[in-house]
Amino acid sequence: MKTLGEILLKQTPFSEIVMGNTALVRAMIESHTRVITSYPGSPTPEIAEAIRAIPKEKRPFYFEFSVNEKVATEVAYGAAVNGHLATVFFKSVGLNVAADTFVQLSLMNIIGGMVIVLGDDPGANSSQNEQDNRHYACLSYTPVFEPASPTEIYTFYKAAAKLSKDKGMPVILRLTTHICHAKEKIDFQGWHDRELDKTPRFDTKNGPYVPIAADVFPMKRKALQRLETVEKYADQSPLNQIFDHGNSNRGVITMGLPFLSLMDVLEFADNKPDILKLGMVYPIPVKMVEDFLRVHIEVKILEELDNVIEKEIKKLAYDRQLSTKIFGKMDLEDWIGEYTPDKVFEILKKTWPDLLTAMDAPKDMVSSAPARPPQMCPGCGHRSAFHAIKKALRDTDITVADIGCHTLGFLPPYQMGELLMCMGASTAMGSGLSLFNDTRNVVVFLGDSTFFHAGLPGIINALFNNHNVTLILMENGTTAMTGHQDHAASGQNFNEPTDKIPLRRVLEGLGVRHIYEIDTYQQAKLTEMVKDAINIKEFSAVIARHPCMLKFTREQRRKPGYQPRRVDIDQQKCHRLYECIRDFGCPTFTQMADGRIEIHPDLCIGDGSCVQTCPSEAISMPKVV
Amino acid sequence: MKSFNIYLTGVGGQGIGLLSEILLRSADHAGLKVKAVDTHGLAQRGGVVISHLRFGEKVFSPLIFRNQADLVIALERHEALRGLNSALKDNGTLIYYDTVWQPLEVRINSADPVTKEMIQRICRKRNIRDLPIFKADLKDARMQNMVVLANIERNKLIPGIKKEHYDEAMKDLMQGTMLKTNLKLFEEERRR
Ligand SMILES: Cc1ncc(C[n+]2csc(CCOP(=O)(O)OP(=O)(O)O)c2C)c(N)n1
Repeated sequence: MKTLGEILLKQTPFSEIVMGNTALVRAMIESHTRVITSYPGSPTPEIAEAIRAIPKEKRPFYFEFSVNEKVATEVAYGAAVNGHLATVFFKSVGLNVAADTFVQLSLMNIIGGMVIVLGDDPGANSSQNEQDNRHYACLSYTPVFEPASPTEIYTFYKAAAKLSKDKGMPVILRLTTHICHAKEKIDFQGWHDRELDKTPRFDTKNGPYVPIAADVFPMKRKALQRLETVEKYADQSPLNQIFDHGNSNRGVITMGLPFLSLMDVLEFADNKPDILKLGMVYPIPVKMVEDFLRVHIEVKILEELDNVIEKEIKKLAYDRQLSTKIFGKMDLEDWIGEYTPDKVFEILKKTWPDLLTAMDAPKDMVSSAPARPPQMCPGCGHRSAFHAIKKALRDTDITVADIGCHTLGFLPPYQMGELLMCMGASTAMGSGLSLFNDTRNVVVFLGDSTFFHAGLPGIINALFNNHNVTLILMENGTTAMTGHQDHAASGQNFNEPTDKIPLRRVLEGLGVRHIYEIDTYQQAKLTEMVKDAINIKEFSAVIARHPCMLKFTREQRRKPGYQPRRVDIDQQKCHRLYECIRDFGCPTFTQMADGRIEIHPDLCIGDGSCVQTCPSEAISMPKVV
Repeated sequence: MKSFNIYLTGVGGQGIGLLSEILLRSADHAGLKVKAVDTHGLAQRGGVVISHLRFGEKVFSPLIFRNQADLVIALERHEALRGLNSALKDNGTLIYYDTVWQPLEVRINSADPVTKEMIQRICRKRNIRDLPIFKADLKDARMQNMVVLANIERNKLIPGIKKEHYDEAMKDLMQGTMLKTNLKLFEEERRR
């Protein structure tokens, strides 16, 4: 078997099939990146999985999962101004959290170099929006490299790291979901570790590092000057490429995944347009773009999400008084969703109706398959919690969700968590909902990783300003939804065991007067506790705890002597009340054609949380199978 | 060689990831140029998991056009229908493990379950080869993917990939008893 850890540290050149996220790790190693930080979020967690594959003592860098993206950015920055090449990575919306720090970076002289790796998510595959983070680059004068494939992640990171170190400025490597997760064979170069220079090189002479009053303007001026030099760099950079099809009529300017889609779509074109593929999307290679515009009558800007490049290019064309016809976004749909091959096919058809030959499509399409929304796993403690809490509330009460696996509670049959914003927002949104409101109880949910990430300010505010909300902490001991990363209450960080910071102690320390605590499998007691808690007319907290059963079951299965268990249904006792499927809703319960309910042998984990939910007591306690 | 597109689908937890990785590496061992992409994210929480695999010289995006897959591999019956409808081209091949993980709507009676006959009817109409697979005496549900793999090999569903390529790919990815049991099952099922 090939182990990923060994592959990643190979000294001699080699080829291997890897995912984009894994390629990034190799690029960081080859670039001698010394400090890497992150907070988990799709599409980036597999970067940390690849890092984990390298034993801690063998890692030629320091890695941590920080408490949130802002903290991660600050840790990386601190290391970088001490002379270490640093990288922080996180998902698209993570930049909103990190923004207050991030927007300052370009003002600083980052002597070690710092690359910010963003996992944007066009198509909102696993995010609450599909924001285009290139806007942040413009707002903070930060260059952006945009790879289109795992191979390019590897080469572009190395170029970005070099540029950042050479110029002492932050550089963004912007990835998108299906670039992160794409797999292909990459030819990797050799690599030799260098001795780590531990000297703390921070020196105010390299600064200023304090952007206050009169210093702000020279710092901003320097940032703008540096960006100008990058504009020249972009024009020389081999990362921007021309694909010359000898077409003096039509050209396309594109980048990233849309470029790959375009190449596939052009298999349906006899007269292929020329292509300018941008590897640097901010600042754009002005000269190269101008030359491309000059030699084509019509140019299409094929750009996913917002019209960031389009505006730059139209401005350029205006300034140079070019007569090229430029096609940008044509309607609202062009702003929405991922530029998959299908989408690009439609967009090009709209732009140049004569360009493409038709694709064969099936004619006889009839039936459709029932939707399969994601759901909580068998045995999930959140399910028991929702089932119990629902019984404590009236229909008119307001339930506020936060981000995490418990967000799935908004789906039937629970319909709990009727508003969602972003990480940590539930308590404060609930506080607002409680104002002038004497009739509808406000219950807010919050996961344990989110508690530390951005949940605390809302809780402190509720105490400080005396808001009447009931907080339910859905504690499962891990950052479950993103793949089970440890957090401050897990007792373990990425590298070693640490002291837990128990949620209860934090709440007590803050002065929360009403704290309840229970394992969610004790459903009847949880119902009673929530009833009590909502009757208190001030801030109260219920810690609804159960370990993540997906994680737990996986760990159990790996242990020697593991014996699978399952519940069973006594068909004699079953009165077909269907509480198990309609209210409790564990996916294990399967309805047969004759109306019988059966346990799905592949799904049941034998946790037994369902036993108490059957009014006819037809579900037996789990037994070894 | 013309490009060959495989669309792999199932429910989170069924072992799509391993199957997709084996296919990808088998193709590489067979000397094919490969691109692939898995969907991650919310999928592992009981949602649909999809993997695109594309083999050939003129392949750029890892994503397959709608209804341009030559082969759809599904690990569950409802997902077989969804894949058949959204990904497979006319005259293609559908192979699926005939187990059922009822989606919520089916469980609560607000949608009809998908039947084997339904799939068969559509396949006939669209001239699609339809291969439902099921192994009654399989002890570990997480090895259903291996039974499917063996049947892919047995029916030579992927041009250019031979038995030894599958073996090599499995050896890249597994070791110890896991490798042994999987190779054994693969061997038994492909000879059946
Ligand atoms: C700012 C931001 N960072 C990261 C994420 C990705 N994310 C989605 S769910 C989740 C897990 C939250 O963990 P926790 O609060 O413990 O809830 P659980 O999933 O364990 O129930 C994360 C980090 C996000 N949506 N927003």
